[in-house]
Amino acid sequence: MGNIMAIFGKEMRSYFGSPIAYVMAGVFLLFSGFVFRNQLLEFHDMTVYLKLAEREEKMLLNVNTEVVTPFFEFQTFIWMIVIPMLTMRLYAEEKRGGTYELLMTSPITSAQILIGKFLACYVLYLLIEVMAFGYIGVLSMYSQLDWGPIFSGALAVVLIGATFISVGILASSLTENQIIAAVLSFFFLILLWIIDWAARFASDIFFVILKFLSLIEHTRDMIHGVVDTHDVVFFVSAAAFFLFLTHTVLESRRWRT
Amino acid sequence: MIEVDRLTKRYGAFAAVDDISFQVGKGEIVGFLGPNGAGKTTTMRVLTCFLPATEGTARIAGYDIFDNPLEVKKRIGYLPELPPLYRDMRVRTYLEFIAKIKGVAPKEARRRIDEVVVQCGIVDRTEQLIGHLSKGYRQRVGLAQAILHDPEVIIMDEPTSGLDPNQIIEVRQLIRELAQERTVILSTHILPEVEMTCNRVVIIHEGRIVAVDTTENLTAHMRDTTRFFVRISGDVDIAAKAIATIEGVSDVTRTNNGLHVHWSVEADLSAAVSARVVELGMGLVEMKREAMSLEEIFQALTMREERM
Repeated sequence: MGNIMAIFGKEMRSYFGSPIAYVMAGVFLLFSGFVFRNQLLEFHDMTVYLKLAEREEKMLLNVNTEVVTPFFEFQTFIWMIVIPMLTMRLYAEEKRGGTYELLMTSPITSAQILIGKFLACYVLYLLIEVMAFGYIGVLSMYSQLDWGPIFSGALAVVLIGATFISVGILASSLTENQIIAAVLSFFFLILLWIIDWAARFASDIFFVILKFLSLIEHTRDMIHGVVDTHDVVFFVSAAAFFLFLTHTVLESRRWRT
Repeated sequence: MIEVDRLTKRYGAFAAVDDISFQVGKGEIVGFLGPNGAGKTTTMRVLTCFLPATEGTARIAGYDIFDNPLEVKKRIGYLPELPPLYRDMRVRTYLEFIAKIKGVAPKEARRRIDEVVVQCGIVDRTEQLIGHLSKGYRQRVGLAQAILHDPEVIIMDEPTSGLDPNQIIEVRQLIRELAQERTVILSTHILPEVEMTCNRVVIIHEGRIVAVDTTENLTAHMRDTTRFFVRISGDVDIAAKAIATIEGVSDVTRTNNGLHVHWSVEADLSAAVSARVVELGMGLVEMKREAMSLEEIFQALTMREERM
């Protein structure tokens, strides 16, 4: 535990001691704020229009589905770009700078190093998310929100972050070049995101498999307010699987040929 | 303290380290001597459990490097050729981090850090960013890192490479101080460094051990093949013949502006050589002892091995 905390503390210091944490938080909050604002203005326009037109559909309009849900959907999209930049340095930089040798010759296991690094990135991710929830907080002061879908959306954010980060760490453990690590994780994440597009043209069993692998498929219900345990299990096991792969990659260098 | 048993490390068909065995006793300073690419770094990486051996094994303080890596790692301090530093950390923060991952008890950590910064001469740099330090100071921080947890064994890969002459002298002094109660292995490709710091030398060439010997024996062996450079005014050929007849001179070779004179006994023949030159009525312009290059020593040693 002490070892995990030592690595965690070191990574946190490195995120906050350099511009990385601030730039990434700034970029994320700017983009998600931009989307939030636009959705809100559009919602406003629609209500004004429907009210003037005295149309019945105004009863169907709701701030949750028009503003909060698109906000969550767009967030996961920005994270696909931001997370590779947070994870790319985790192993690649250590390998390039020679400090990987220091860690591996210290009495600390590769699992402890991995968990420490994962937690540091995850905590940073959650901190940025907490700030983004400030937008919803402001909205709640001026409108009647349905909190159920917001909590389930928050759960989706918590779960999908763990999966994204574990994919990014795997990419970083494969190379000592940070750019390659970032590109690899973009590729993995985007592929996992849109893999269900291929499902439309696949038959029977492949249809099921491709649908199952798609990240977007598993977030959709949760963002709309339906928490299905099978989605929760999917994200937890996906994160665990990628972390396990990373651990195997790191340990494999100690295998005898 | 360290027993290396038929250690082999292969990369594909290439054997970086080929079937080496040696022992290092407690309190010894052993130098790995060899040209670049001889397998020194690979051996050290295997001993520190960073790389697995292809065959063979080693025990450090009784623990097998393959079966018990954590116990081995607790007992060794390692300074790689490039000091493993985080450039964006301050020296003290860095050492605090090292104390944590090396398993120094939190109560002990402060005291140990205060001790090693004094030992390594970085007391006035503890608040500086490592990235802003000069190469010599970075090397010292690297050393501080290696000894922080008070390891029984210290392994150092070319601890003086890239330093200026003054820094080299300081680092060697530091190594000798550290070695008083510890076992040290260091690698180098500079011969005088071994003479000055080590009790024993392991000479590695192309992944194999060419010789394991005490430093005294190695220097004695070098003395066997002492070489002098002699420059004279007069007919060089006549002088060469005359010098060759001196008892004890094993070889005289001409170079473009003088003579190389080799003698194989320990007795100093320089007086006899100069006397002979004067007898011939020639002037002795210059006479100096020439150090044998590492390559020549390797040649001498590998040839000796073959004769045996």
